[in-house]
Amino acid sequence: MNPVNHANHSAGPLVNRLLLRLVELLQSRWKVIVVGIPFFWLLLFFLAPFIIVIKVSLAESIIASPPFSPLYERAEDGALSIRVIFENYSYLWEDDLYINSYINSVKIASVSTVCCLLIGYPMAYCIARSNPTTKNILLMLVILPFWTSFLLRVYAWMGLLADQGTINSLLIWLGVIDEPIRMLYSELAVYIGIVYSYLPFMILPLYANMEKLDVTLDEAAADLGAKPTIAFLTVTLPLTLPGIIAGSLLVFIPATGEFVIPDLLGGGNVLMIGRILSDEFNANSDWPLASAVAIVLLIVLVLPMVLYQRIQARERGNL
Amino acid sequence: MKQRRSTFVLSMLCFGLAFLYIPMILLIIYSFNYSKLVPVWGGFSTRWYTVLFESEEMWAALGLSLRIALVNATFAMILGTLAGIALVRFGRFRGRTLFTGLITAPLVMPEVITGLSLLLLFIALSHAFGWPQRGFTTITIAHITFSMAYVAVIIQSRLSGMGTDLEDAAQDLGARPLRVMFDITLPLLAPGMVAGWLLAFTLSIDDLIIASFVSGPGSNTLPMLIYSRVKVGLRPDINALATIMIVMVSIGVLLACWLMIRQKHLLERDANTK
Repeated sequence: MNPVNHANHSAGPLVNRLLLRLVELLQSRWKVIVVGIPFFWLLLFFLAPFIIVIKVSLAESIIASPPFSPLYERAEDGALSIRVIFENYSYLWEDDLYINSYINSVKIASVSTVCCLLIGYPMAYCIARSNPTTKNILLMLVILPFWTSFLLRVYAWMGLLADQGTINSLLIWLGVIDEPIRMLYSELAVYIGIVYSYLPFMILPLYANMEKLDVTLDEAAADLGAKPTIAFLTVTLPLTLPGIIAGSLLVFIPATGEFVIPDLLGGGNVLMIGRILSDEFNANSDWPLASAVAIVLLIVLVLPMVLYQRIQARERGNL
Repeated sequence: MKQRRSTFVLSMLCFGLAFLYIPMILLIIYSFNYSKLVPVWGGFSTRWYTVLFESEEMWAALGLSLRIALVNATFAMILGTLAGIALVRFGRFRGRTLFTGLITAPLVMPEVITGLSLLLLFIALSHAFGWPQRGFTTITIAHITFSMAYVAVIIQSRLSGMGTDLEDAAQDLGARPLRVMFDITLPLLAPGMVAGWLLAFTLSIDDLIIASFVSGPGSNTLPMLIYSRVKVGLRPDINALATIMIVMVSIGVLLACWLMIRQKHLLERDANTK
């Protein structure tokens, strides 16, 4: 017998046996594999990085690579010494710049959320009550900006708000003003940018909630003599509360940590914590301080984030 | 009285849509402006499109962004689908609470924090193992991590909406769990997986902050390049780029909506003829 053939002959059953084992393994342990792969990925690329941020936030900034002191050191006699420094956190507390940035971020995010709600609520209501064809078209119109580049939509407002931009040119041409109003690089521009960018995030959960509402409830309230305002306040508003909360959180949480909008539309004039974090890290190379800023931002947002997760979990439970 | 309220609601809708669309329309109009100063009209011209197409930097950035987006979308679809199936169909398993938390956290985590934490991990890894090189690999890993969460949400809602009837029937007829998975569950999930793939692709093409954190020298994605140009002011070639992107996305969304509506009509007609 040819030796090559012989080798093939013995390899065949081996491969078959291995395949069979693999299939058996899949049959018996496939659930572990299905959970295991995404679980492992998230532990490695989401949880582990987060623990590193906490670790770095407790270190001291030094000029080295990487630019922070090690958390624990093994001395020559083998003794382990741990060095934990809370200076970064106390520094955040003592310097007005950081506290003001946190407060300003929360303020800007809250006001923008309210504006989104005031514009988005009637829009979602109108879409939910349209006939099916119109509803599809309107929904598509709301979703379309969501799929186009966020950065380019913010950029569009730079053209509108600039000193020689469209709004100023139009107002001067109409004779309303003689000198251009300074709108770009102000807090107003940041508000407009956030409301504009996050409006679809408010409309979609509101719509999803309103679509499930029973229209006859409104009619029942009217038949029983409730004025439209009363009917709205006592029937529609309470029933749409889950949508309002979900939409508001979806706007508030990312708006608080927003970086691009204050940077492009606010210039250097608007303090927001996302920009401070990025500056500390990139411009000042102070990694421990940037990490501490991130941890405190997370603490500020942990309550709305947990609330949002609770609501989502309950929604899914109901389905 | 009722009439008045609906007029108010209708005008709010028009205002809202105008607010959403006027900036984009102006962006498109000014991309055809001859003048180098964006807001000053200097006559119709397509010169900025020529400038755009001749920019090698722009093509390189687009190429990198597309490669990242393709790899990201595919991996995110697979991982997100696995996660979604695990969450809806497996009931209780060890570590479920942690798993649920980890899969939904990237959805609400501020991007600056995700970017910073992943960069610190990549630096620690490359100090310890000499891997990964910052650039394509790190950006793709970062994108997969947050896009898989979005895919998982889509798969989760589709799975819980579709019920277990068909899967139960297959099992009663003697199909093994793995066969049920491949012959029943995954084909039913296919539309959700396609939607997830598209969403992951878009999220990746759109991301600026996380990519800027974890990218290395020389690897600029398209949003990073756009950002570095518009940071100093208005640029007519960016208007041209924006126009192309808006037109492409509009065609895509219109096509998707048309297909969905047509499918719905076909289903309704089928239901009526029966």
